[in-house]
Amino acid sequence: MGDEVILLDFWPSRFGMRVRIALAEKGVKYEYKEEDLRNKSPLLLEMNPIHKKIPVLIHNGKPVCESLIIVQYIDEVWNNKSPLLPSDPYERARARFWADYIDKKVGDVGRKVWTTKGEEMEAGKKEFIEVHKVLEDELGDKPYFGGETFGYVDLVLITFYSWFCTYETIGNFSMEAECPKLIAWAKRCMQKESVAKSLPDQKKIYGFVLEMRKKSFGFE
Amino acid sequence: MGDEVKLFGMWASAFSRRVELALKLKGIQYEYIEEDLSNKSDLLLKNNPVHKKVPVLVHNGNSIAESLVILEYIDETWKVNPILPQDPYARAMARFWGRFIDEKVIGTLHRAIIFEGKEQEENIKEVHKELKLLENEVKGKDFFGGDTIGYVDIVAQVVAFWVELLQEIGGLELLTKDKFSFLYEWIGKLQNIEAVNECRPPREKHLEYIRALVENAKSGSK
Repeated sequence: MGDEVILLDFWPSRFGMRVRIALAEKGVKYEYKEEDLRNKSPLLLEMNPIHKKIPVLIHNGKPVCESLIIVQYIDEVWNNKSPLLPSDPYERARARFWADYIDKKVGDVGRKVWTTKGEEMEAGKKEFIEVHKVLEDELGDKPYFGGETFGYVDLVLITFYSWFCTYETIGNFSMEAECPKLIAWAKRCMQKESVAKSLPDQKKIYGFVLEMRKKSFGFE
Repeated sequence: MGDEVKLFGMWASAFSRRVELALKLKGIQYEYIEEDLSNKSDLLLKNNPVHKKVPVLVHNGNSIAESLVILEYIDETWKVNPILPQDPYARAMARFWGRFIDEKVIGTLHRAIIFEGKEQEENIKEVHKELKLLENEVKGKDFFGGDTIGYVDIVAQVVAFWVELLQEIGGLELLTKDKFSFLYEWIGKLQNIEAVNECRPPREKHLEYIRALVENAKSGSK
């Protein structure tokens, strides 16, 4: 078909991972370009001049930015297999609502856990667990947030799972103990090839975050 | 057809007004319920237990929260007068600008009016930068949506009508005709649309309301 698809990404980015999963789900062939965020490529700056961030999907020369927008774009363009969003408008609205909740809450509270210490970190940890309990409630007894099959909300949240080991080790807590249903859901998602091959190894992420803590915050 | 549509909103909220605008543009009949944000109703809390905020749309008993999510739901449910384009790339761009306004512009405007001194100056510069990006996006078109008003115009309603109030309250130069002639023209075109005018909060009341909010915020942050 002559489609040219390029993904500008950064391997530990939970936002980039979402796009990787979406492309894998749809069986789209693409070129992955690793960005050094301390030395952004001219291509990245040209394709995302406003935010200068990854991920950026470049489809036949045209850039799409912001992970949730990219995933919806992928779902609409490659609509012949593995639908990510449900077809019913109300179910779609619910999916978008929860994706928005995850975007607004999970990243922020997670950040508090690895970028702060002492009381601030403990407060961040508490919030982190609370937010995940809300999500666990929403999941209920369904195998996936989308119902019987893996969908948009599952894709948006599962990428944070690669960072769980990091949060747990730094914060000294166990997500399995706090949110067992959510962990069971995560393991179920990890059985999918598209997910497993898009998420880096948890230990690798931990090493990366430890480096960042040392460099950016002086934490040992 | 027996459609029951309710909107829980607040008269001065840009997020609430944008949902009203979408409903009016599509000619959808709805019941409006004004919320007192200092004393939220049980129904609101029941329909938006996660965020407890307005606006919330309730359609035949199903509740939808978050204004951008509601706009897409309205467009997918009532196909008349579409607000999002059909082409996936154009849709992605519309969503991008919607998020830009909500995640960047609104915050920068807030800081430009609340802060003082050097911090305020920096934020005013940032407002100008962001408005310039919007200016370039609407240049050469009647509306962000092209020939007709669309999703980005609806989201940008806050830029069209809230900014001039902030200018007056703060004595600031944010969106002026000489610096932003295309945005200025676009605001003029919006004002010719009946549905848009029906959705604007009454100016004097709105000015006083925002003035009080700003004063509160300033004294709170000292």
